[in-house]
Parts: sequence; structure tokens; C-alpha cells
Amino acid sequence: MAGPVLEMRSISKSFPGVKALSDVSLSVAPGEVHAVCGENGAGKSTLMKVLSGVHPHGSYEGEILFQGEPCTFKDIRASEQRGIVIIHQELALVPYLSIAENIFLGNEHATHGIISWHKTLTHAKALLGRVGLHENPHTRVADIGVGKQQLVEIAKALAKEVKLLILDEPTAALNDEDSRKLLDLILELKAQGISCIIISHKLNEIARVADSVTILRDGRTIETIAVDAQGVAEDRIIRGMVGRDLEHRYPERAPEIGEVAFAVEDWTVHHPIDHQRKVVDGVSLDVRRGEIVGIAGLMGAGRTELAMSVFGRSYGRYAGGRVLLDGNEIRTRTVPEAIGHGIAYVTEDRKHFGLNLMDDISRNISLSALGKVSRRGWVNQHEETRVAESFRKTMNIKAPSVFAETGKLSGGNQQKVVLSKWIFSEPEVLILDEPTRGIDIGAKAEIYTVIAELAAQGKAVLVISSELPELLGMCDRIYTMAEGRLTGEVDRADATQESLMRLMTVSAAIDDEQV
Amino acid sequence: MAQTETTDISGTTAAPAGTTAPQPERGGVGALLVQALRGNVRQYGMLVALALIIVLFQIWTDGILLQPLNVTNLIQQNSYILILAIGMMIVIIAGHIDLSVGSLASFVGAAAAVMMVKHAVPWPVALVSALLIGAAAGAWQGFWISYVGIPSFIVTLAGMLLFRGGTQILLQGQSVAPFPKGFQKISSGFLPEVGPSTNYHNLTLLLGLGVLALAVLQEVRGRRQAADYGLELLPLGFFLAKLAAVTAAVLVFTLLLASYHGFPIVLLILGALLVAFGYLMRNSVLGRHTYAIGGNEAAAKLSGVKSKRVVFLAFVNMGVLAALAGMVFAARLNAGTPQAGINFELEAIAAAFIGGASASGGVGTVLGAIIGGLVLGVLNNGMSLVGIGTDYQQVIKGLVLLAAVGFDVYNKRKVGS
Repeated sequence: MAGPVLEMRSISKSFPGVKALSDVSLSVAPGEVHAVCGENGAGKSTLMKVLSGVHPHGSYEGEILFQGEPCTFKDIRASEQRGIVIIHQELALVPYLSIAENIFLGNEHATHGIISWHKTLTHAKALLGRVGLHENPHTRVADIGVGKQQLVEIAKALAKEVKLLILDEPTAALNDEDSRKLLDLILELKAQGISCIIISHKLNEIARVADSVTILRDGRTIETIAVDAQGVAEDRIIRGMVGRDLEHRYPERAPEIGEVAFAVEDWTVHHPIDHQRKVVDGVSLDVRRGEIVGIAGLMGAGRTELAMSVFGRSYGRYAGGRVLLDGNEIRTRTVPEAIGHGIAYVTEDRKHFGLNLMDDISRNISLSALGKVSRRGWVNQHEETRVAESFRKTMNIKAPSVFAETGKLSGGNQQKVVLSKWIFSEPEVLILDEPTRGIDIGAKAEIYTVIAELAAQGKAVLVISSELPELLGMCDRIYTMAEGRLTGEVDRADATQESLMRLMTVSAAIDDEQV
Repeated sequence: MAQTETTDISGTTAAPAGTTAPQPERGGVGALLVQALRGNVRQYGMLVALALIIVLFQIWTDGILLQPLNVTNLIQQNSYILILAIGMMIVIIAGHIDLSVGSLASFVGAAAAVMMVKHAVPWPVALVSALLIGAAAGAWQGFWISYVGIPSFIVTLAGMLLFRGGTQILLQGQSVAPFPKGFQKISSGFLPEVGPSTNYHNLTLLLGLGVLALAVLQEVRGRRQAADYGLELLPLGFFLAKLAAVTAAVLVFTLLLASYHGFPIVLLILGALLVAFGYLMRNSVLGRHTYAIGGNEAAAKLSGVKSKRVVFLAFVNMGVLAALAGMVFAARLNAGTPQAGINFELEAIAAAFIGGASASGGVGTVLGAIIGGLVLGVLNNGMSLVGIGTDYQQVIKGLVLLAAVGFDVYNKRKVGS
């Protein structure tokens, strides 16, 4: 038991235009639970993809030593053969196969391609016993809850004789009871000598199971701390996570803040499949005219879900709440209703929810307000082209013409097209969900300027962002969310990255009244 | 880019251009090739392919292919598939498929036959009722697809069985014939002869000149409007070359038809459908929404597009066009038969894909569907003329479909990487 079980040395990984990891090192001792934390986009997932072979050897710099031997994984199968198994946040189970079939998927007990069901079932029962899941192995995975599915994933990992288990935000989708059970299981596996890397931003969770924690920020290792006295460590973790550079310049604003234009009251949304789970839980917030209000929160906080469900019930199951525009309750049960009331939602996922990538810039821009360039249902294409052309100039969309396919534009230019589309609809309320995600610094600055101009025109702007400096740089007021609930409301003057992060990592266990 | 603009407008006249003699087409092909590099590769590629196929069979058949009689035949033989292909293209653009159109066409044909022959319903009344039955059938399928959420493949597969069975029940296994003269004209009639006796069909000449004048006017007007809006224009040389190509194509085609019986009525119907649906898909809000849904339904919904209604209407429309195709086919046979319309859906789907549709939706033009349908039609006709058996014809058509779509997939990948 000399030396670490895993050593990742000076890992660097670049994607076109972005350096995701630079010189990251991580070392895990045998039988250790090692937490990795960092903000969204800090490089945690990329690091784990490098380790598990999703990004194959040769596509990154640096070296990986597992049990003292260098590793050159070409795919995920190769890393699994060595006993490194990753369990992703979105579970990779086939819902209509049984528990047993899932456990041995790709790893079947078979001779000459014929499965031995006796071996499969015996082994499955043994594994289910080890993870403490008392279910019939014939049960379909679709028929058990998310918590139990998570255990099936772990049993699947055990079937592959896992030596190093990587869990990516394992409790993000679980309730408190299931979370507690899962954490117990991790400690039990540790006692059996299985090392574990757990990606998490729930600090109480880290304090409970982790022996040490490595903090990543902007693709770099900040520090590795031993977890013992939790109070001390929590402060250091938060400081390490948020110390992002204020790399951008934000436009000077002299906000002229008016009356409350947009308000959401007591908004609750249930998960679209798991109807028991509250994804958004009793959220109330408001935005004034000319004001830019931010919503801060980590993955799974329910920010996008809140925005999408307010915008025409586009997410989940509505379970209560009101939307008010200038003090009057409005109906936003369908997207056309929401647009009709002057609400615009700029999605965080422009490729899937924002653009028709097959179509050109002009047709994407006009789509949500086609009526403005048509008469009696007939589109005036010349007018449409003129409008698109004027947006191309004012928004500085870099493309050969407005007839360029949006699928061929860079991320920043695509984002400008989506923004143009919604500005063209002349909304009174704009909800911008991660408006600068995945775009270069120059385009970011341009988009900040556009947002500031919109507010200066007296529109109410709600910005959802995972980049705290962005929120602190742009917003007049910031709400924080965690686990579907509003956990704080801070004026910009009083807000710091640390104070926001503290509110973003509050766990529901504190005020527990879930029935 | 005035390019999309102008080529689209020429869509109203380019269909006849497809069946024209190759010589005057040459100038247009050059310009089209240049545009093909930037525009819809498959559609222009197919226009070129269509021209090549015509040249090939024109030589192979010693000139029979483009004889006035055969051109007229070609139109009448393929009209119902082309009508179906227009509707199918729209359904495919919306991201769906309709397997029931052949059965539906035959069902509606049978219904009209029973009305006219057994109950002596006047043929215009039967025709309108038939179109309404088509609309109702389309609404039935659209309801299950749009509002209930059953995949269109399943719903229309069910429809294929349902309407085929319905046909047999209506006809009780017998052919029902004959139809009133007026009804038969839908498929086999020509514009009437008027005016002094020339060697040509006068009304056809006039119509040809009219179409030409309209097409040129439209081109010039579009160009002037684009200039008024300060948009980029196609170079003048190209524009004039294009006008010349269009003019030549229309004139040659008109002369061809005018030297036989004249302008077939079914071509009039087809031309009207092409212009109307081409314009609808290009210039109407509804058409735009159809493309948006096929291209990215989630994004379209989040932009306020009422996707359920649009898809529903696409199927209602398909039902009406299937009914119309059924009428045309029944009129051509001069009977309602239980075997009518078999494999029509496959021909229509093949025409749409050869003409530039994408299996995932969001791409394609009405003109493309016509070009695709003509590629198949000329292949059928040409191969029959040179005496290739139907067995080999099927094999060749299958390979053409595969090659057309394969070429497109290959091309996209090359652009993408």
C-alpha cells in the first residue's frame, strides 16, 4: 500500500477555442474517498472524462498512473478493464431491461454468445446484497425510483470489479433519505478497499464522506485539502471555488429602476417523469423596469426549470404559482401566451432549444415574431431580409450574409442570432439563461453591452448565470437558488462571490418538511 | 443573397423546363451549377440529373421520348404521383411520413365511382365530396398524430390498411365504371380548340405566352423589390442568362404541347398546385412554421409555433391532395378499381427524397418534389420505351433513390468536416 492508487500528473486538455484543463494534478490514496469540487465549467467533468478514456489517450497532455502503471486508455472500455468505473449524473441504464440485465449489460455471463441466466441471477443477487438493494433482479429498471437506480449503477460497477469508482454528482437527483443511504454505501465500499472520487458541490456531503478534497477553478487545480475539521475546510473550499478572475469589463450603467414589471409568486414545478419530486419549490421573485436581476445557483438548483416552466409551461408539471405583469396576473400556459404578454426566454441550450440549425440567420431571427414581417399570413421576404440585415449590423453577427446557415456559425454568433430573435419580438421582460455560455471573451463583452442597453430601455431583465463574476458585474440584485428553492436575495452592493456561494450550497436538510 | 430569392421564383416555371429539349437548357445549367455550390446541392444536382436522363433517353429512343405525343403521355401518366409528391414533401418537411396516400387515393376514387355510377350523382358534386372525404381522412390521421402523439409511421400504416379495406368494401371487389365524360376530362382532357386554324393549338400558345410573360414579370419585379430594399442582387449577366433559359424552356415546351392536342387539363391542375404550394411553403407564416418544426421542433415550440396545429394541417392537406390524385387516377382509368393506388405512397415518398427532402425533416421544396417525381417518371417512361422489363426498372429506380440520398449525405458530411 505504498503510494497513491491514482495519480494524474499535469493534465492539460484543449477544445477548439477553449482551454478546459491546464496543468491539473490529482492524486487519490488507496481506500480514500476524494471529493472534487468547483463551479459549473471549472473542468471537473472534463477531468473525469480524461481519466475514464472518454477523451482518449493522445487527445490530452500529461500522464495518468493507476496502481503505479501508466495508462493509455483509448476508450471507456479500456479504463473499465483496469477497474476505473464512472457513474454519470444522468444514469446510463436501459429502462425496459431488468435490473439483472442492466447490471451485466456489455459484460454478460455468456458462453459463445449464449447468456447463462443462472449465473446472471445468482451474481446479480449477490451484488444487490452488497449495495443493500432489496429488489427482485427481474424487476424492470423503469419501475424503481431514481435512488434505487443509482444503486443498480453501483452494482453494475461492482460487477466490473471496480477499484476506483467515480461518482458525478451522485445525489443531485435524490431525496434526503436516498442521499443518506448512498453516502453510507460509499463509506462501506471504502471499508472494502474501493477508492472513490466524488464530484459534488454539497459541502455537508463532502464533510461527511470525503477524506480529502481537490478544488478546481477555471481548469486549474487550486488546492487539495484534507477534510477533518469541517468548519475550517468549508470556508477554504468556498474561497477556492469562487476566486475566479474578474476577466471581463462590464459596461458602465446608471440604472433607472422603475416599478415592478414582472413577478412570479410561489411557483412550484414537479419533475416531468418523477411526479413526486419538486424541481422548483415555492419560488417568488420580482424584477423592476430597467433592472437587471440575477439568479445564481449550481447544477440542479432549478433555475432553468423555473424559467422554462414560467415561459409557457415548457418544462415539467406545473403545480402552483402565479405570474404577474405590472401587478396583474397573466396566463402563461402556452408559449404563444407568454410571448403575447411580452415575455422572452433566451435558452441556455441554443443548439437544441434556440435555433433551427438547418435554417438561415434571417429565418431564425424572424421566427418568434413572424407576424411583424407578414400581412394576412404572408411573409414579406424583403422586409424580413432587411430586418435580419439590420440585426446583423447592430449585433455584429459575423457571417457572410443573413442567408448563412446558423449551424455553421460560431457559438458567439449563434447566441447573437438567438438574442436578435427575441429582441425582434420586442419583449417587456427578458429571461436570459446562461447568455454567455461557451462563447469567446469578445462576444461576451458585446452581449453584456446589449443586455445593459435593454435594461436602459426600461425592460425588465432576468439573468440566469453560473458565472458569479458575471452576475456581480451585471446585476442590480441577485437571487440564489439551491435544490429548487430560493435561498437568498442580495443587493449587488452587499454581494460577494463568497456570500453567494454560501447561499448556493445551502442544503435542504436544514429546513426539512418534505412529505 | 438574391440567389435564393430568384431561384425560388423561377420555381413556378422550371417544372415544364424539366421536360424540355436539352439544348436551350445548357445556359441555365451553367448558372445553376455555380449556385449549386452554395445552395441546395441535391435539388440542383437533381435538375442536372433530370436533364442528363432526358438527353440519355432521347438518344436511346431515337427521339421518341420528346415527341409531342409522348410528352403528353408522360404528363398524364405521372400527374397523380406528382400531386401526391407535393403533399408528401410538405409532410416530410414537417418531420413526418404518410404511408396511407395510395390506399386513400384509391378509397376516395372508389367513393367517387360509387357516387357517380351507382347513385348518378353529378360529377362536380362527386368531385367536391371526394375532396371533402380526403380532408376528413387527413384530419382523422392528423388528430392521432398531432393531438394524441402516435408516430405518423404507425398511424398512416394503420390508415394504409384501413383505406385499402374500405376501398374493397365500397367496391365489393368489383370495378365500377364508366364515368361521365366531364369527369374523364380531369385526366385525359385538353384545353378546347379556338380561333383560326394554324398548325398549332392556339389556346396553348396563348397560355404559354401568358405564363412566360408572368414569369418574366415576376423575376423582374422581384429583382426590383430586392433592389428597393437594398439587398444584394444576382449579377446582371446571370440574371439575364436565367431569364433567357426560362424563356427558351417555356417556349420549347409550349410548342411541343401545341403541336399535339394542346395543353392537358391535368397539367393545368399540376401547375396551379405547384405555384400555390410553392408560394405557400416559401412565403406564408404557415409554411415557415412547417420548416421550423421539421428543423427543430423544440426550438420552434419555444418560439411560439403552434406545432400541433401545423402538423395537423399538413395531414389534412395531404388527405385532400391524395383525394385529388385518386380522382385523377380514376378518371384516367375511367373506373374505380380495388387495385388502384397500390405503391403510390412509395413512389411519392421516393420522389420527395430524390427531390431533396431530408429524413429528419426541415429541408425540401415543392419544386424539388416535382423534379424528383419527374426523374422517376422519365426513367419509367424511357425504360419502357427502350424495352427494359419492369423487373429491371424496379432495380434501377431503387438504385437511383439510394444514389440520390447517398450523394446528399456524402456531400453534407464533406461540408461538415
